[in-house]
Formats: sequence, structure tokens, C-alpha cells
Amino acid sequence: MILFENVTKTYPRTTRPALDDVSLEIPRGEFAFVVGTSGSGKSTMMQLVMKEQDVTRGRVLVAGRDLDRLPERKVPALRREIGCVFQDFRLLPNKTVFQNVAYALQVLGSSRARIRQTVPETLELVGLAGMEKRLPHQLSGGEQQRVAIARAFVNRPPILLADEPTGNLDPDTSLGIVQLLDRINRTGTTVVMATHDTVTVDAMRKRVIRLDRGVLVSDMEAGDYTTGSIPRIRLEEEAEAPRRADEPEASDGYDDGDPTAYDEPDGLPPIGRDADEPRSRGGIFRRHKAVQTSDR
Amino acid sequence: MRFQFLLGEIGNGLRRNLSMAVSVVIVTMISMYLLGLGLMGQRQVDTMKDYWYDRVQVTVMLCAEKTRFTNCAGEATTDAQRTAIKAELEALKPTVKEVYYESRDEAYDRFKQTYKNSPLARAGESYFADSYRVNLNDAGKFDVVASSIKGMPGVADVQDQKKLLEKFFTFMNTVSWAAIALSSLMVLAAVMLISTTIRQTAFSRRRETGIMRLVGASNFTIRFPFVMETVLSSVLGAVLAMGMLWATVRYGVVGFLSQTLTDTAFIGVADVYYVAPFVIVGVIVLSSLTSWVTLRRYLRV
Repeated sequence: MILFENVTKTYPRTTRPALDDVSLEIPRGEFAFVVGTSGSGKSTMMQLVMKEQDVTRGRVLVAGRDLDRLPERKVPALRREIGCVFQDFRLLPNKTVFQNVAYALQVLGSSRARIRQTVPETLELVGLAGMEKRLPHQLSGGEQQRVAIARAFVNRPPILLADEPTGNLDPDTSLGIVQLLDRINRTGTTVVMATHDTVTVDAMRKRVIRLDRGVLVSDMEAGDYTTGSIPRIRLEEEAEAPRRADEPEASDGYDDGDPTAYDEPDGLPPIGRDADEPRSRGGIFRRHKAVQTSDR
Repeated sequence: MRFQFLLGEIGNGLRRNLSMAVSVVIVTMISMYLLGLGLMGQRQVDTMKDYWYDRVQVTVMLCAEKTRFTNCAGEATTDAQRTAIKAELEALKPTVKEVYYESRDEAYDRFKQTYKNSPLARAGESYFADSYRVNLNDAGKFDVVASSIKGMPGVADVQDQKKLLEKFFTFMNTVSWAAIALSSLMVLAAVMLISTTIRQTAFSRRRETGIMRLVGASNFTIRFPFVMETVLSSVLGAVLAMGMLWATVRYGVVGFLSQTLTDTAFIGVADVYYVAPFVIVGVIVLSSLTSWVTLRRYLRV
């Protein structure tokens, strides 16, 4: 799904590369953390995937596209396959929760019927049912981030990038957000989350890619990673559960593990078939169209 | 849905940036009005040329006693000379269209008739002479006539009315070009204003455009509202300018000037209808080009 081949990125007028010869692969359906201190190249990595930046050397492949050879006019089609969440939420302050999420569909030309159907579904999925008419400033930070996640996910993109999504949130709220991303991941969406929040990383037991000043220093399989610190928050079931062997192949979008193992900790309805497979008629059409244009 | 959404975005943008939109309207209106006036001036010159060049005459003045023209040597033109001149002029057809003879008395009467309320009317008969009035098929062929007639015995002088008119036309032409030059300065101002407006609106809406970019909206979806906002306001300006121009021609030229000065031709509202589509299309092209170029620079995708 995402492939970095000896990627080096040097910003103009700087000597030290922001990313230095990084090679890694994130398969479809995986949940990966990218950790490292500020300036270690996490955000650069995200921006390369989005093609907000171009590589200096090397190759980035995302969803079957070689980004270096992707012409400018096909970048929007790439971004339609990637949902994006940021530390600062980036909500439109004068639009309600519903309008903020609907905006992502509107600019892509979705029908009104589809918006009326998909937006409440997605809001329910992120745990904001009933808050449609609120304005962003009437929400807590965690709720605002959930709106941002809903907006990123409302098109059901196969990839979700989260750049420090918990950077502005307290530990409890952060955990809720990460669990939400985990739930989205279990629908088959590839999730990449950049963070320096070691507590959450430890608690989640997922793949961890560690960057230090642009160099890939370690890449650990799900569960192997620990920062060495004692997590202040521990999820009993999660922490004691054995390492999930089926993690990276959840690409079919179905949870083939024991459903009881995923008893939702946040008490939200499990993501059903609908959310799993955003295959309402419009959805299929759009997705196919996007693929076709990129093949030409 | 998308169309409706884009319309909504355009409406929102215009409402939020109303003062900017109004300034674009006004600047376009004034620049296009000036341009229109310049173009109307050009067309007025053309109309008058068409009118007058059909009517201008070459005057072949004949000698009278004691005229100062050296060719005459103080002698009046004899009948034989007259016949020779007339024959020569007739031979110049088809360059020459018609030849009239005007005697000294007729010329004097006509002069007194024309300037009866003017102090010039007191000029004596001795200022006048017999002449042939020659209409040309092509007003530009004066030199052909002049070269073959001028040296003939009995010819005092050959005068071209076109020369007099040309001075007047040059003056009018200069004025209308000045209006066009001024309007091009205004157009430059309009272009820069549009560019500034777009930068301003792109900045004030960077949050929205940022999200559009993130979710993968096409360049067209992101830029179209900006372009349409400027195109709409500048077209409104151009339409208003053409309205003003129409009013100027309808009430200023057709309604007033041509009533007052009856012995020449003036432009009509048809000339405004002829010019207006070009001006409006020009404004559309100019404003969409300007906004597109500005957006390329200030709205990275």
C-alpha cells in the first residue's frame, strides 16, 4: 500500500536531510505508528505520501502509484484515496459538525442523498451521533478531533494518515482517539499515525517505525515495541491479550478474529458491514472512476 | 450537486468580499467606459471621413484681373483657356466624377448666403474668382488632378478641401487615441486590482481551500469559484460601462449633437451594439486569465 525505497528528502537551503535513505513497506490494512522526536522526519514522511512534497532521491509508491512520476493533475485522485488528520483538527469554524463532514463529500461532487446517508453514519461511527448541529467551538478537543477523523474517513479512503492527532489532547482523550483509529483500521483501512505519545504507542501494541533525525532506526512488528517507560494507562484486556498474528492481512476488510476479543472499549457500536464496505452505489462508482483515471 | 455547491461557494465568496467585488466592478466599469469612448471617437472619425470624403471637392481657381498668383501674370483667364481646362478635367475621368463651373458672382452669392450673420460677409467681390468645382471618385487622388491642371495657363491655383478636413480628423483621432491610452492604464489598474483581490480572497479562504486540497478536490473545483467571482464582477462592470456608453451616444450624440449640427454625420447606438460584444468578451478573457494566473501563483495545489 505504501512503499518507500531509499527515500531521501532534503529541503532547500538545508544541509541535513529531513529523511535519509528510508526504505519501508506498509502493507494494506496495517496499523503503523511512526515515532520520533520533533524534527525526526515524521511529518515529512506523511507529506511525501500525500505528495505535498517531492522526494529528493528514491521512490515512493502509494496505492499503486509512483508518486515521482504522478503528474500534477492526478494528485487530487491520489488524495481521494488518503484521509488525513492533523494535530490542529483544521475544522471550518463557521460550519456545523455535519457541514464540516459533508464538505469533504460536497467538494468531490457527491449527491445530496449520499451526503444525507453517509455523514450521519460516519458521525455515529466516530461517536458523535446527535452532535450534528454543534459548531466546532462548542466541542471538546477530543470531539473536534473525532469530527476531523469523520471528515477524513467519510469517503472511506483505503489509507488514513494521522499526523500527531493526539498532540493537543490529554492522555485519556488521546487513547480514545487512537482506539477510534484502531477501529477504522479493522475495517481494512491502512492507518499510519505519527506521534511522540509513547504511552499510547505502548498500549496499542502495533507496528512501530522509529525515526531519528531522518534516519530509520528501528521498525518493530506489532507488540515487540516498548519505549521502556511504564504506561500510565493500561488497557487490561488489550495489554494481556496475545499478540495478534492476523494483523497485517486484515486486508479483506473483515474481522476474521474472535469478535469477543474486540469488545469495544469505548462502548460505541461496532463498525458494521456498511462502514466496512462503503459500497453504496455512489461509493463504488467513485472508487472505480478514480482508479481508472490513474491508470490512464 | 457539485454545480450547486460551486454556485453556493461563489455566492458566499461574493458576499464575504463584497467591497472587493464592488471595487473590481467600478474599476472595470470606468476603464471600459473610457475604452468605449475612445473606440466611439475612432468610429466617429471613420463616419465623418466616409461622409466628407464623398463631398470634398477640388477647387480649380481661375485667374481674375490683378490676382497675385504668379501663374496668372495679372491676366484674367480667357475663354479658350477655360475650354482647355474643362477639356483636361473631363479627360481625367473616371478619377474625376463631376465638374461644375462656378462663376465669380455665384461664388460671392453663395459666400454671402453661408456667412450672412458673420462679419466676413462684408468681404468684397474682388476676393472671389471663377472656378471649376471638381468631385473626385476617390478623394485620395487629388495629386493626379493637381499635377495635370496646376501649370495650365489660366489656372490660378488648385485647392484640396481634404487637406483642411484632415487636420480636423487628425485632431479627433489624437483625442480618441488619448482616451484609449488612458483606458489601457485603467485596464492595467483593473488587472492589478483583480490580482490583489484574488490574493486577498485566497488568503482569507485558505482554510477551506486547504481542506479541499486534502480531500482531493480537483484543481477546477478549488479554483472555479475564485475565477467566477472575478469574472462575474468584471463582466458586471463591463456591462454597466456599455450601458453608460449607450446612454452617452443615445442622449449625447444622437439626441443632442446630431440635432444641433445637422450638416455632418454622427455615430449612432448601432456603433455601441457593434463594440459592446467585443468589449465584454475581452473583459471575460482578461479577467479569467488574470485570475487563473494569480491562482497558479498563490493557490498551490
